[in-house]
Amino acid sequence: MTSRRVFLKGSALAMFGVGSIPAWLSRSVYAADADKRRKKIMVAIFQRGAVDGLNMVVPFGEQRYYDLRPSIAIPKPDGSANSAVDLDGFFGLHRSLAPLKPLYDAQHLAIVDAVGSPDPTRSHFDAQDYMESGTPGRKATSDGWLNRALVKGTGTVSPVRAISLGSNLPRTLRGRNDAVAMNNLNDFQVRDAKSSATFESMYDSSLDTVLHGTGKETFSAVKIMQSVQKQSYTPANGAKYPNGRFGQSLLQIARLVKADVGLEVAFADIGGWDTHVNEVGAQPTLGQLANNLSDFGQALAAFYQDLGDLMADVTVVTMSEFGRTARENGNRGTDHGHANAMFVMGGDVRGGKVYGDWPGLGEGQLYENRDLQLTTDFRDVLGEVVAKHLGNANLSAVFPGYENPKFRGLIG
Amino acid sequence: MKKRAFAAISIAAFLIALPGVSSTAKSKEADDAKRQAKLFQKKLNKDDQILHGLDRLTFGPRPGDVASVKKMGLKKWIDLQLHPEQIKESAELETKLRPLESLRMSPMETVQHYPPPQLIRAIAMGRQPMPEDPMLRASVERLIGRYKAKKGTDAGATKNGAAADANEEMEPAKRLDEVLDSTELQTMRSGTPEKKRELLTSLPADKLEEVLIAMPRGQRQQLVSFASTEIRRKVLLMNAPQQVVAYDLLESKLLRAIESKRQLAEELDDFWFNHFNVYYDKGSDRFLIPAYERDAIRPNVLGKFRDMLEATAKSPAMLFYLDNFQSVRPDMDAKNKNRKVKRGLNENYGRELMELHTLGVNGGYTQKDVTEVARCFTGWTLLEPRRGGGFFYNDNMHDKGEKVVLGHVIAAGGGQDDAEKVLDILATHPSTAHFISKKLAQRFVSDNPPDSLVEKMAKTFLSSNGDIREVMKAMLASKEFWSEGAYRAKVKTPFEMVASSVRALDANVSDAFALANQVGNLGEPLYRKQEPTGYSNMNSDWVNSAALLSRMNFALNLAQNRVPGVKVDVSRFGNDPIEVAKTLMFRSASPQTRAAIQKALEDQKQKTPATVAGLVIGSPDFQRR
Repeated sequence: MTSRRVFLKGSALAMFGVGSIPAWLSRSVYAADADKRRKKIMVAIFQRGAVDGLNMVVPFGEQRYYDLRPSIAIPKPDGSANSAVDLDGFFGLHRSLAPLKPLYDAQHLAIVDAVGSPDPTRSHFDAQDYMESGTPGRKATSDGWLNRALVKGTGTVSPVRAISLGSNLPRTLRGRNDAVAMNNLNDFQVRDAKSSATFESMYDSSLDTVLHGTGKETFSAVKIMQSVQKQSYTPANGAKYPNGRFGQSLLQIARLVKADVGLEVAFADIGGWDTHVNEVGAQPTLGQLANNLSDFGQALAAFYQDLGDLMADVTVVTMSEFGRTARENGNRGTDHGHANAMFVMGGDVRGGKVYGDWPGLGEGQLYENRDLQLTTDFRDVLGEVVAKHLGNANLSAVFPGYENPKFRGLIG
Repeated sequence: MKKRAFAAISIAAFLIALPGVSSTAKSKEADDAKRQAKLFQKKLNKDDQILHGLDRLTFGPRPGDVASVKKMGLKKWIDLQLHPEQIKESAELETKLRPLESLRMSPMETVQHYPPPQLIRAIAMGRQPMPEDPMLRASVERLIGRYKAKKGTDAGATKNGAAADANEEMEPAKRLDEVLDSTELQTMRSGTPEKKRELLTSLPADKLEEVLIAMPRGQRQQLVSFASTEIRRKVLLMNAPQQVVAYDLLESKLLRAIESKRQLAEELDDFWFNHFNVYYDKGSDRFLIPAYERDAIRPNVLGKFRDMLEATAKSPAMLFYLDNFQSVRPDMDAKNKNRKVKRGLNENYGRELMELHTLGVNGGYTQKDVTEVARCFTGWTLLEPRRGGGFFYNDNMHDKGEKVVLGHVIAAGGGQDDAEKVLDILATHPSTAHFISKKLAQRFVSDNPPDSLVEKMAKTFLSSNGDIREVMKAMLASKEFWSEGAYRAKVKTPFEMVASSVRALDANVSDAFALANQVGNLGEPLYRKQEPTGYSNMNSDWVNSAALLSRMNFALNLAQNRVPGVKVDVSRFGNDPIEVAKTLMFRSASPQTRAAIQKALEDQKQKTPATVAGLVIGSPDFQRR
């Protein structure tokens, strides 16, 4: 596994064959800064379906956790494969997330606990909507926070500055700035070049208000992707991405980061967390949640390893719409709850620490007598990354109605 | 992703008012809204009305449709579409559906007929009994006869019987070079997909079976992408029998959308299946969905909402998908020392029933109501859920206490009736009337239908006791439906895009599986929407870079005859782009689209009817309905 890395700014450019990219695409075209500093990149990951935060980041130091979950709790760390991975003597990682432990130890991975959206809804769809728009409780917001987080460019901005992996553009990337959805980098083209040109001119001249804009964005992005498609890709440093859709999404993002095409924000999601029934298998460390977390953890670890020194410019943040009930339900599962946990990973992250105020799971400490209380607003975490990593200080525009996010000191 | 917050009109949704918008932007938004409202008052001319009717109530017009609606009269045609039972179904479609046997089976039969291959092996090794059903028995015997056991079938020789079972392979009785001659072998090895398909189709049934069995599993699986329906089913039966069910479902969905004469009923099947969505890849739903769509959805698409609600609530597919089958009264297992895993209340169905099926998320219910509804539904369960058993009310699982649902007291001591009362309350609730009416209007009129229209429909919903046909009639009688505000206001969903292109091209579909795959590529894998929302009806959910490129590529592939199982005859088109566009869209293309195609045709190589047709189908114009 990786050990703590030394991040050398700029060294990555030499390592990854940037020379094969056309000169007009080189970063200087996009870099607003005179010193040609690389653009910072933020990757947002959504765990759709509400992951069970209490089994993902296990508060094994609190006995009450075991009282509330007699058949699904993750046992206290004892070094065995059936127990949690100790982080700080109180919290532990689910065993399936063991690949993330070295990142935590290298202080490039931070965890925020008891975090989430203050809106009380337990509807997946509303809660995802709020977390993607960045305006809990406000349905009329028509664009997403990740789109608004893009820094206003002074010069040329790249048509692929905002990318989502998948065949649909998520709510969080919709909005005024161009954003592109792609399933697979290699398929991102019209198969025959002549027809491509004709379609381009059709969509370009179309008066259709919806299709014109998207068409235009699409063809600008296609041109850039063509240069990336020409090069084959092998993950660096022996990184192995899992085969599932999520692992492949992160691989493509890594590929775009290395190709230096002007990427600023990227989005990927991973589903299957809605574990009402049989959340755990024969052992609490096996089963549905364990399998999904293993995919999740391996993919994040591979991304980190693959990017190597380039992680200096990249911050990854994970989120899920809400947590799950502190008590297990009657089907070895959990129902919709409230607060959850988020991971923040990157070169400028002050990792190796679980942030947030732990509200406890005791009588009277639970939200509505059933869920983990919220002590950190998710916008505090996202806001800090947007402001201090991406460099967009105008947070009142990114998270309207949330004027004073409280930074936790995650980045620095 | 599902998204409900797009309150602004569709155009504004893309121009986006940033939070903290300036007053000029706000007034522009207001102006747009006003202009849009005016358009909903402006009546379409007669010819456009016919096109609009076909755009909205069918999967897109086919050649000849405009003329036949004109001849019959628009009103009469609509009336007929509202009574699909009076329309004689296409005989050709029925012939194509006939081989898709799983569509007509009960869940129990489905489990029995599509057994996993391990079962065939176990029977061959004598570790499982032969099926009793004579037909099934014959087919299993025939399959076994094509194999010879690899090594000693003496199960006693291995101590660990279970492990041996899983690993044991059988060898084909004949090798491939004993069944095929050298030319045929050559074709199977290096022929084009078309040649291979031709060869397989030409083989007599017996020989075909020997060929398939002689192939290694991987080679056999490759046939799936191009083989005819009949041969594909045979391959799947050998490789992964459970998958036959999925393929039959997809095949029938596309065939019906493309070829059914009861077009409105098919549009509504798509609408209601998504409204009451279930997910193919969740466990037993794999073999429960054919019966679900056939018995709970299809008979009710123009019937009483209360009937469809009950049919879905009781259907094994829904009871399994939203977990209600294992929800029990909270005190049931609490004191039972023999039960290691204690069951209890599961809120999943109770919540989605109100949020998605009836009231809508702002319909006026609380977390307390969710819990109370879940209590009412305890005991609504399944008999042997993993073997295809049906609905079963288990009184011992039921919570007998008093419940209060949306202010209605449901007295203590009730049984199966408690949930029936909940369905009564929900099906007649004004929030339900509004929620369902708005959703229908979003599908059939516009992403942001005028309130006046939704109110009319909701009123009809309440006064007709939730009669869907009456609600549809109210919509189809409204001036808003036949207005310029509605005309071409919708972007086609991927399913509509694929079906409408095949219809417009009047293509000959011998099997539709490849088309179903295309719907998935465009972003809407059918039967595979994991979330209970179902697929969206809103434009903005379907317009993005990945989807647009896939649409263009699909258009070119289809017109150039590169989609297996579909034959397009482009010879009738000629290569005058203006004429081709008119033939495919039944109206003129926009000047911009015409200009772009005309310019492309200055290059002689592009000047083929297939290219022109592909360009028209991939154009912005064709993405609208």
